[in-house]
Amino acid sequence: MVTLNDYLLASGLLFTIGFAGVLLRRNIIIIFMCLEMMLNAANLSLVAFSRFNLVNGLPNYNAQVFVFFIITVAAAEVAVGLAIIVALFRSRQTTHVEDVSRLKF
Amino acid sequence: MTSILPWIILFSPLVSAVFIVLFTQRLRNLSAFISVIAVLVSWASAVYMFTQPGISVQVSWLDFGPLLQVPIGLKIDDLSKTMLMVVTTIGALIHIYSLGYMKDDDGKSRFFAGLSIFMFSMLGIVLADNFVMMFIFWELVGVSSYILIGHWFHKEAPPAAANKAFITNRIGDFGFMSGILMLWVATKSVMFTDIAGHVGSVDPTTLTIATLLIFCGAVGKSAQFPLHVWLPDAMEGPTPVSALIHAATMVAAGVYMLSRVFFLVGASPDAQQVIAWIGTITCVGAALMATQQNDIKRVLAYSTLSQLGYMVIAIGVSHSRDAAMFHLFTHACFKALLFLGAGSVIHALHHEQDMWKMGGLWKSMPITFWTFLVGTFALTGVPGLAGYFSKDAILLAAYHQNKLIFALATGTVFLTAFYMFRLVIVAFLGKPKANHHGHESPLVMTFPLWVLALLSIVAGYKFFAGHFLTVPHEEEVTMVPMLSLGALIGGAGLALALYSGKIKDPIRIPLFANKFYIDEFYAVLIRSTQDLLARIFGKFDRLILDGALVRGLFAGGVYGTGFMLRLFQVGNLQGYAFLFGAGVVAVLYFILFK
Amino acid sequence: MNYVSPFLFWAFTGLMLGFALAVVFNRNPVASALSLVVSFIGLAALFVQLDAFFIGSIQILVYAGAVMVLFLFIIMLLDLKAEQRRRLNPFTAIGGAAVILSFIAELITVLRHVPGGNNPLPALSGRGLSGQGSIDDVREIGFTLFSHYNFPLQVVGVLILVSTIGVIILSKRELK
Repeated sequence: MVTLNDYLLASGLLFTIGFAGVLLRRNIIIIFMCLEMMLNAANLSLVAFSRFNLVNGLPNYNAQVFVFFIITVAAAEVAVGLAIIVALFRSRQTTHVEDVSRLKF
Repeated sequence: MTSILPWIILFSPLVSAVFIVLFTQRLRNLSAFISVIAVLVSWASAVYMFTQPGISVQVSWLDFGPLLQVPIGLKIDDLSKTMLMVVTTIGALIHIYSLGYMKDDDGKSRFFAGLSIFMFSMLGIVLADNFVMMFIFWELVGVSSYILIGHWFHKEAPPAAANKAFITNRIGDFGFMSGILMLWVATKSVMFTDIAGHVGSVDPTTLTIATLLIFCGAVGKSAQFPLHVWLPDAMEGPTPVSALIHAATMVAAGVYMLSRVFFLVGASPDAQQVIAWIGTITCVGAALMATQQNDIKRVLAYSTLSQLGYMVIAIGVSHSRDAAMFHLFTHACFKALLFLGAGSVIHALHHEQDMWKMGGLWKSMPITFWTFLVGTFALTGVPGLAGYFSKDAILLAAYHQNKLIFALATGTVFLTAFYMFRLVIVAFLGKPKANHHGHESPLVMTFPLWVLALLSIVAGYKFFAGHFLTVPHEEEVTMVPMLSLGALIGGAGLALALYSGKIKDPIRIPLFANKFYIDEFYAVLIRSTQDLLARIFGKFDRLILDGALVRGLFAGGVYGTGFMLRLFQVGNLQGYAFLFGAGVVAVLYFILFK
Repeated sequence: MNYVSPFLFWAFTGLMLGFALAVVFNRNPVASALSLVVSFIGLAALFVQLDAFFIGSIQILVYAGAVMVLFLFIIMLLDLKAEQRRRLNPFTAIGGAAVILSFIAELITVLRHVPGGNNPLPALSGRGLSGQGSIDDVREIGFTLFSHYNFPLQVVGVLILVSTIGVIILSKRELK
């Protein structure tokens, strides 16, 4: 029998793996993908809560609408982000994250 | 009137010293004059106080309630009356002598100021009525000795000798201080009278240890073995200084102190044993070393060491302090005489001190010669003169107590006669070896010689000495004076046989001439200890302080912190991400779990 | 509909997490991207298990079908090579590991206090819009979306428009 805690644990672990990827990888594209993974972990949490906290015998569809918005915004973000990365690559010829440190104080 | 005189006795030389230092440094003759007047004032007051019954005056100084009371107190009783007469009379005579001896010296003002400070300190020791005050003046006497030994500080040897004297003294004083503290803990007081009253109630082991520690102070100040090394070197000072401080008074301070606290010594037989043996070792060893010395003053210095050994033996074998004080009394007279006589010779021969370069002085300096001869007879114990009586008293006491010590002491009589007659024969008799003949010294220097010679003759007789102290009266044993007389004749005869008419020393014993190599041993000991300690501390400093603490903990810590804090600023994306994550973890922690 | 097989749950969770790890530890970027696709499929299966059919479909269509394809386009465009092995700086390794492990620890601690965390899957009993016995979640979500969340919907529409314009501008080469 699967409980809410199991779904939340799965979501938490996925988030942690994504965060580890952000810390460990040096290629910007991979870092970006791990970011997406983190967003999806949040989505899983929301859907789990939606199903386990029923409203009038039905799942709480507010959470699922929220997930819908998250997916949309994430898609837009990926588009813009990748455009930026392409522009960056064009000027620097590298996707190595340690080379793009012009923003330091 | 009588209650203010003790203060005058004590402070008159101090006033003179302060006056000289502040005002009359350039006016050398005036300084000398002031110093002599001051000591004469002390002498006159002491003579007056002598005729009065004993008195004790006190001023409260340190008051810690029932825990500790240290007053400034002057006690005039039989013991201190005796010592006062010795110190002020001999002091006055030597001051007068110095007027002639130091006439042409550049540092005359400094010299007389030093002499005055010494008189002040020595009188403080004599008059003190508690241990702490005595200790303070004890140290002051050491300082005065340092000043006066190093009087000619432009030369190389005097400052070194002054250092040696002071440092060796300090080693003894460490023991002295420990002993005082032990007694204070045991009896809750530092006043002599209080401690004397409580002696019976102190645990015997504590008493013995405390007495031995206090004896350390006497070992240092009175130059007993093993702290005797400073006295011969102290001869670098001017001869009046040698006479006053290192013959008659300061070195006797140790014996005086032991007499003062004889109630302690008498109550611990084990301590007395140790004291007697140390005295014996000093007595015999110094006499052996004296037989091979070639400098007039050195011979006399070792002689002083030997005679001080006698006094310490007396403390160790008697049931009272009388024998030791008697010998102190007579020794002050004839030893001062001998030193002043030697000074007269040195002064006349323009500071020549090697006795093998003298000779024939009996004709050119008759007064000096005859008084010196009187002193020699007194020292060696020729019957009828002062030294005979006092030395005999000690030998008698030793005979009754410890036959071995008696035998060694009598053997030393032989050695004493030997080296003293050796000195007289080589320096005064025979033909002159010096390039310039000596001429007799002026009256200001010969007058003290006359007075001291007279004292050396009469000081042993009961009718004279009995006024000043209790002459010890031991059961007469005929053998004792016979043996000592025999030793005297044997020694004098041997000296005559070996040294008449010789121009250089026929026997040469390196062990004695080099003072048993004790100085060299000490030098090696000190150097190796110091090296060892320096190496240990150096290693500690380098390894632990530098390595672990400074470079490891502190510098390393700062470096590490800086390294971590640098993450904030480097523009490293993943560094920022790490800090985000860490921040989130921290915030979660504080929200969820606090 | 009221029963979630534990076996299927753990199987799909394992699939999802395993391929997520593959994303992080694979050196070839193409392999990473494809692993992420498989991970999203596992995630979609979990969504379906939770009776969120619409969201599951959207996940496959949008995420796996559009976003990851875009990623692959870009990877191929930039012609990324596999990463070299590198030496790990001990300080950073320890710091990162510390953060991650403490996060997991906090996660597990929090899970104990979730209200209703140990309840089993509740039964669905509502009638819903369709009036039938089954759930029509597309209709339900649509209804909620267009009635309660209409304004955010329009805003998201504008957002997508803006991002499209932004992408075009960013990708333009410099005009001579």
